[in-house]
Amino acid sequence: MKTINKKLIALEGNAAVALAMKQINPDVIAAYPITPQTEIVMYFSQYVADGVVDTEYVTVESEHSAMSACIGASASGARVMTATSSQGLALMWEMMYIASAARTPIVMPIVNRALSGPINIHGDHSDAMGARDSGWIMLFSENVQEAYDNTIQAIRIAEDPRVRLPVAVNLDGFITSHAVEVLETLPDEEVKAFVRESKPWGRTLLDVDNPITMGPVALTDSYMEFKRNQREVIDNVMPVILEIGEEFNKLTGRKYSIYEEYKLEDADVAIAVMNSTAGTTRVVVDELRNKGIKAGLLKLRVFRPFPYKELVEALSHLKAVAVLDKADSMGSLGGPLFGELRSAFYEAKNKPLMLNYIFGLGGRDVTPDLIHKAYKETYKVLETGRIPEKLYSYLGVRE
Amino acid sequence: MPFNIKELSTKKDLLTGGHRLCAGCGASIVLRQVLLAAKTPIVLTNATGCVEVSTTIFPFTSWAVPWFHSAFENSAATISGIETAYRALKKMGKIDKDIRFIGLGGDGGTYDIGFQALSGAMERGHRMLYVCYDNSAYMNTGIQRSSATPLGAWTTTSPVGDVIPGKVQWRKNLTEIMVAHDIPYVAQASPSHFKDLIEKVERALDTNGPTFINIISPCPLGWRHDGDISIELARLAVETCYWPLYEVVDGKYRITVTPRNKKPVIDWLKPQGRFSHLFIEKNAHLLETFQKKVNDEWEKLLKKAG
Repeated sequence: MKTINKKLIALEGNAAVALAMKQINPDVIAAYPITPQTEIVMYFSQYVADGVVDTEYVTVESEHSAMSACIGASASGARVMTATSSQGLALMWEMMYIASAARTPIVMPIVNRALSGPINIHGDHSDAMGARDSGWIMLFSENVQEAYDNTIQAIRIAEDPRVRLPVAVNLDGFITSHAVEVLETLPDEEVKAFVRESKPWGRTLLDVDNPITMGPVALTDSYMEFKRNQREVIDNVMPVILEIGEEFNKLTGRKYSIYEEYKLEDADVAIAVMNSTAGTTRVVVDELRNKGIKAGLLKLRVFRPFPYKELVEALSHLKAVAVLDKADSMGSLGGPLFGELRSAFYEAKNKPLMLNYIFGLGGRDVTPDLIHKAYKETYKVLETGRIPEKLYSYLGVRE
Repeated sequence: MPFNIKELSTKKDLLTGGHRLCAGCGASIVLRQVLLAAKTPIVLTNATGCVEVSTTIFPFTSWAVPWFHSAFENSAATISGIETAYRALKKMGKIDKDIRFIGLGGDGGTYDIGFQALSGAMERGHRMLYVCYDNSAYMNTGIQRSSATPLGAWTTTSPVGDVIPGKVQWRKNLTEIMVAHDIPYVAQASPSHFKDLIEKVERALDTNGPTFINIISPCPLGWRHDGDISIELARLAVETCYWPLYEVVDGKYRITVTPRNKKPVIDWLKPQGRFSHLFIEKNAHLLETFQKKVNDEWEKLLKKAG
């Protein structure tokens, strides 16, 4: 590992993401403020006002226009970023499908927040989960450091010629976005070198000598082939994500893979979870281990594409897994992560018992006690061998 | 602006033939006239609508300019993003060409669902021209009323029934709303007065800021008339002062074509099947109201133009 002048500083998540965006120095940003993402656009506006970035910043009048402007700018060959939360993401939803279909490598931090109704400004994953089929690559970040690191890596993943897809970098609203944590930042020139100069891919809308028509009508004779091709692309991006994670590891010493495991190797029971709750769970694992209980943790970083093979490999030696979803999927089997993970095991030889906990909706506090409860109940199911009829339960709710 | 018809006739058609728009459709005529005014390369965005679906059925395209469509309500936002990318890349020396940007939409994509995006883009001051081809209803989905549909018009969502005689509201005056945005150039045009139209587009494209042109676009299918009288109807809209031709440059109004003899609006209404029910006795009051609204708006405009 080469010696570089890394810096330890204390920043809140939004400031760290904004700093990453400053260091990436994209050509165009089009964004609209929304709690809890607002600070990102505030910090970035100041960078623009101070002239420390080259970015042209479009202060659009809605998130729908933010994503529309981003798609137009990206199709013109510019490196493009935006950021949003919650209702903002929901308003973008129509355009997210178009961004991935148009193969515009936009990078968007999503500061995860609950969806209305009732209106609530606090953190859960309902926003991101609503966009999970939109064809975007989705990364999740446990803490401020990961939010910063994922944002930088996302540029390379999105713009890789084998990918050319938009990437969402998720971080928990308030818990991560507004918490001050110490992180290690890279010098500007290292980020600049890592993300490389953006190069347009194929023809762009500004190639006026070779005019292209983008976004034509594809009817029954061609639509399905378009979608099939798009799936082929996202199904094959995992090696690129790993490759870029490896390169980032060489630069920073920080490891980035598809998931992260903690004391999973010899565990009987594990919790699978995304974002900040992994930190709380790690503490609980340590407490349980001190009592001789073989608890483990799997923290998922890449939710799209969903690493079903890798997760089966990582979890099939366990006796039971409690899947923690910070979002519900109304009327379905359980939360979105649970549904996918459980389905991944259908063909597996060794299937752990699997339970689902829906937790932290609308920013409901997730204490170590609640995580203890999830482990305890899962152990109980393991002992009795009896899976409850209803596969999901709400954790930390007043019944 | 010097204007040479001979020269124009030698210009390459940027919207080529072979598209699937109806015979007599005003929109394709309007757009060919718009593009004739271009002195630099153009990048165009198109809201979902007739023009979009009829000119780009994969794997074909009628466009000889870079053309982008993504959704219905965002043509203005999208062209503003493209124009911003252009500024960013030009600043870095990655582009050296002089390019102009046109956002395009029908009245549905402009007056209604795309109104917010249009207003936002205009307020932000992008150097872009937004062109609305106003055929005064959602024609692409099969003739549904929009806020551009005139009083009394039959559409499939303002049908003529036993108790309701077509659309009960007047229409939104979008051109005036765009003037209220205090942008440097706003105009209203008609394909019947193509010299006037092309000159307006030239002026808009020469303006360093956001510009807007509203262009009446007869629709044989929705207006219920024969395709061979489309341009005649566009002309009657001007001559009856239903669709005055004017421009507002830096807030200063100028009527560019003043009809010699203002014709009664029934001259424009009568050939259109969508208004046929207005000519039965019990609806005579609607014709009166229609004429009065046209008179009032024309008087107001005359005052503004001083």
